[in-house]
Amino acid sequence: MSQADLLDQAPVFQLKGSMLAITVMELAQYSIEQLDQQLAEKVAQAPNFFSNTPLILALDKLPESEEELDLAALMAVCRKHGLRTLAVRASNEAHIAAANALDLPVLPPSGARERVIDPTAGQAEKKPEKPPAPAEPEHKPTKIITSPVRGGQQVYAQGGDLIVLAAVSSGAELLADGNIHVYGPMRGRALAGVKGNLKARIFCKQLGAEMLSIAGHYKVAEDLRRDPLWGDAVHVCLSGELLNITRL
Amino acid sequence: MAKILVVTSGKGGVGKTTTSAAIGTGLALRGHKTVIVDFDVGLRNLDLIMGCERRVVYDFVNVVNGEATLTQALIKDKRLENLFVLAASQTRDKDALTVEGVEKVMKELSENFEYVVCDSPAGIEKGAHLAMYFADEAIVVTNPEVSSVRDSDRMLGLLASKSRRAEEGGDPIKEHLLLTRYNPERVTKGEMLGVDDVEEILAIRLIGVIPESQAVLKASNQGVPVILDDQSDAGQAYSDAVDRLLGKEVAHRFLDVQKKGFLQRLFGGRE
Repeated sequence: MSQADLLDQAPVFQLKGSMLAITVMELAQYSIEQLDQQLAEKVAQAPNFFSNTPLILALDKLPESEEELDLAALMAVCRKHGLRTLAVRASNEAHIAAANALDLPVLPPSGARERVIDPTAGQAEKKPEKPPAPAEPEHKPTKIITSPVRGGQQVYAQGGDLIVLAAVSSGAELLADGNIHVYGPMRGRALAGVKGNLKARIFCKQLGAEMLSIAGHYKVAEDLRRDPLWGDAVHVCLSGELLNITRL
Repeated sequence: MAKILVVTSGKGGVGKTTTSAAIGTGLALRGHKTVIVDFDVGLRNLDLIMGCERRVVYDFVNVVNGEATLTQALIKDKRLENLFVLAASQTRDKDALTVEGVEKVMKELSENFEYVVCDSPAGIEKGAHLAMYFADEAIVVTNPEVSSVRDSDRMLGLLASKSRRAEEGGDPIKEHLLLTRYNPERVTKGEMLGVDDVEEILAIRLIGVIPESQAVLKASNQGVPVILDDQSDAGQAYSDAVDRLLGKEVAHRFLDVQKKGFLQRLFGGRE
């Protein structure tokens, strides 16, 4: 068997299912001139949206009428404005016949939920050929540390809170975009709200820190030591530009 | 498979080599086949403390480089049947060691011994890193003073993050604290950190407290591991520490100021 024969037997294709986000243009009434005009206005608002955008032309919501639908003309208008018709959605037999005549796939009327797209809205809408990214969760999971944080180590909870259930040695550094909780003796540095969150707070079961900082406003051990709450369970928050230490 | 112990501290001069020699000898005394490996390439001391300096022919670096076999390089102790020493090279530096080379030697030693005691150099650089990298357990030697405690804390952080066990996500290295050069009198006077202070800061299991003792210096100079001096307080304290390392419950001794007898007080005698 020659090499060419072997190649012939190799699979040429693979079928895959995929979900695509596609723009559907639902026609409420049949008027080619008005469609042309209104599309032109939309294009002026969001030129990026209309550049070879795949489109499903939905005819199923059109009111019944005697007038014959010129599907080719409709598609031409869409094309002129950067919308490429992939298929039509239709239930009317005349419409289905028109689509078949143009060799265009016909989709059944949709029962699924669809949202109204505003092409002028954010970035995600600009590329409807890609599925929209899932919404970012508002809170990143809290980072929990159970072993001692030793001198020279640095722990950063990006985008969230940090909880340490063990001792934090002097020379260790805790950083968090959110709050910091330390349930062991706290002898290191704690910097909460490092990205500037003024509402971040620090909670210590035993305050012995080298430095505490919230959104860049800090106190070092020399100041902290003078505090009557040194060594106690405290809660630190920002009031104005000052770190406020209160008993827990 | 042998258990690999590293004796480490971060800070220099706290008693790592004395401890390595004492613990290794103690393990051998209790019938375990033990080898003590000197990782302090360029500043070798272990052979002196073990009293085998005149018998060093091949060393650790020779074995790593394949210039000698382990059998050629291992020095058998004259006092104990199942105790061996692998000396460091005096003419090379720490860059002579590689992870692969050390791994090969550790593997070979593991097959032939019950305990491999690694005497780490001071610092947190390559030599110290390689000494602890393959360890199963660590003895962190600390003096009761703030700088030594801080360095030990740093070392504990490295043990928890930079060892092979940490990198491969295995069980963490078992950490033991050994407090050396402890002087209860100075602790009472407030000149030295107490056992409780150090334990609280480092928060690891205390395996022993070795009192500051003339016996240690004497033993070092004679090339006899201090644990063999069973009349001395330091020797006894090391002996207790080895028992604890092997899982025995032994009460801590030498933590309190020894009351001076009437005659001693009268004549101001010193021990």
